[in-house]
Amino acid sequence: MRTRFQLGLDELKERLLEMGGMAEAAIELAADAYRKRDGRLAQQVFEREKLINQSERTIDELSVDLLAMQQPMATDLRFVLAVLKINSDLERVGDLAVNIAQRAVNLAQEPEIEVPVDITRMTTAVSTMVRRALESFLSAKSEVAQAVLEMDSIVDRMKDEAFISLVGQMKAHPERIRAYLDVLLISRSLERIADHATNIAEDVIFWVSGDDVRHNVRLSQEPDTDATPNH
Amino acid sequence: MGVGIEVRDLNAWFGKAQILKEVNMTVGPNAVTAVIGPSGCGKSTYVRCLNRMHETNPDAKLTGSVKVGDKEIYESGIDAVDVRRKIGMVFQKPNPFPTMSIYDNVAAGLRLNGFNKRHELDAAVEGSLKMAALWDEVKDVLKKKSGASLSGGQQQRLCIARALAVQPELLLMDEPASALDPISTGKIEELIFQLKTQYTVVIVTHNMQQAARVADYTGFFLMGKLIEFDKTEKIFTTPSDKRTEDYITGRFG
Repeated sequence: MRTRFQLGLDELKERLLEMGGMAEAAIELAADAYRKRDGRLAQQVFEREKLINQSERTIDELSVDLLAMQQPMATDLRFVLAVLKINSDLERVGDLAVNIAQRAVNLAQEPEIEVPVDITRMTTAVSTMVRRALESFLSAKSEVAQAVLEMDSIVDRMKDEAFISLVGQMKAHPERIRAYLDVLLISRSLERIADHATNIAEDVIFWVSGDDVRHNVRLSQEPDTDATPNH
Repeated sequence: MGVGIEVRDLNAWFGKAQILKEVNMTVGPNAVTAVIGPSGCGKSTYVRCLNRMHETNPDAKLTGSVKVGDKEIYESGIDAVDVRRKIGMVFQKPNPFPTMSIYDNVAAGLRLNGFNKRHELDAAVEGSLKMAALWDEVKDVLKKKSGASLSGGQQQRLCIARALAVQPELLLMDEPASALDPISTGKIEELIFQLKTQYTVVIVTHNMQQAARVADYTGFFLMGKLIEFDKTEKIFTTPSDKRTEDYITGRFG
């Protein structure tokens, strides 16, 4: 057993989960900032994003060190590759939480509008996806990751419905276009976070089983041309 | 051109100890196949069965079939010495003939095979040394310096040139770079990559990164059994057998 190498892998896992926790918290805070129209909560998201960016750099460095100095093979190699990609996805989740928080700040400065979209429900679905994707990484369970992939279409549908409703509201209340646009962009950011959760789940499946399930394609299978792209 | 190898139900013994157990492997021509596994797994014995070197040990016994190209090398009536002439072998420790010149080292096998014409020998020596990426370093001292006067890495390339001079159908290498520094190792690995355009190469190595770098196919041996044999990229990224996974990730034992 290569103790130093194993310690490196353990540290990588721990740090990525820690970063995942920060990304999850950033989504929740951003959603709260929207719900309460609270600029102070938005500020917390901005601060958290800086920590997420710092984590991204640390995890990249640790991964590169392990690749260069330990030359991982097989499951270990797939693990480090998955960590690098998940790291990038989590950093993007942090950016999207910031986008949501910025929209929340904008909305706080606008007159109240009637929102025909359940952003809270969408946030719950998206947060669940991120949490389960991270759980699948923690437990190395493909089946948990698979469940995340199946949730993505639900969030896609929510975003499509939100788009239709919000465009309708913009037409009916052109004087409130800016506010409705902010809500629409929040729903879009949430949907993009769901895509990143899907990417994380796909990376976990690759790590655990070696199967590449991206773009609805399994290794050694032809692409499913009827499939809806999930990125 | 290299030839394919087909090994069927190969078993090998030293005395009562069975070293290889029911090994089956098909290797295509002009490919590099790496044989990996822990010490004592039978990998060296395996390559020594591919050119009938195994039976040079008086206690050795073997059953099964090994086809090199379309010829069964264990068929009765086949001369083992003749087989060894057609299948080149390079060992862990470079073993040039110490007192012979560089030229004579490369020409030795050809002379044994009855080549004596000067211009034929000159051409074969130059061609083999070029193929072994040693020509530029020794062309001015071919007959002045002995094989033993070269560095370890040069000696190993000299041994490869000597093996190539007789135009083997197959080249076997038993840890050819394990005694060399990283620069010489790099040269040998580059050479192996070049050689596969004309030869079929089977290399035993303890160094998994080396197997990953040079081989098209990799076989993992454990306690005399071929546990897994597949494309190298498959073995090193997604091996099918947990024992292979445990070995290459260092979780073995």
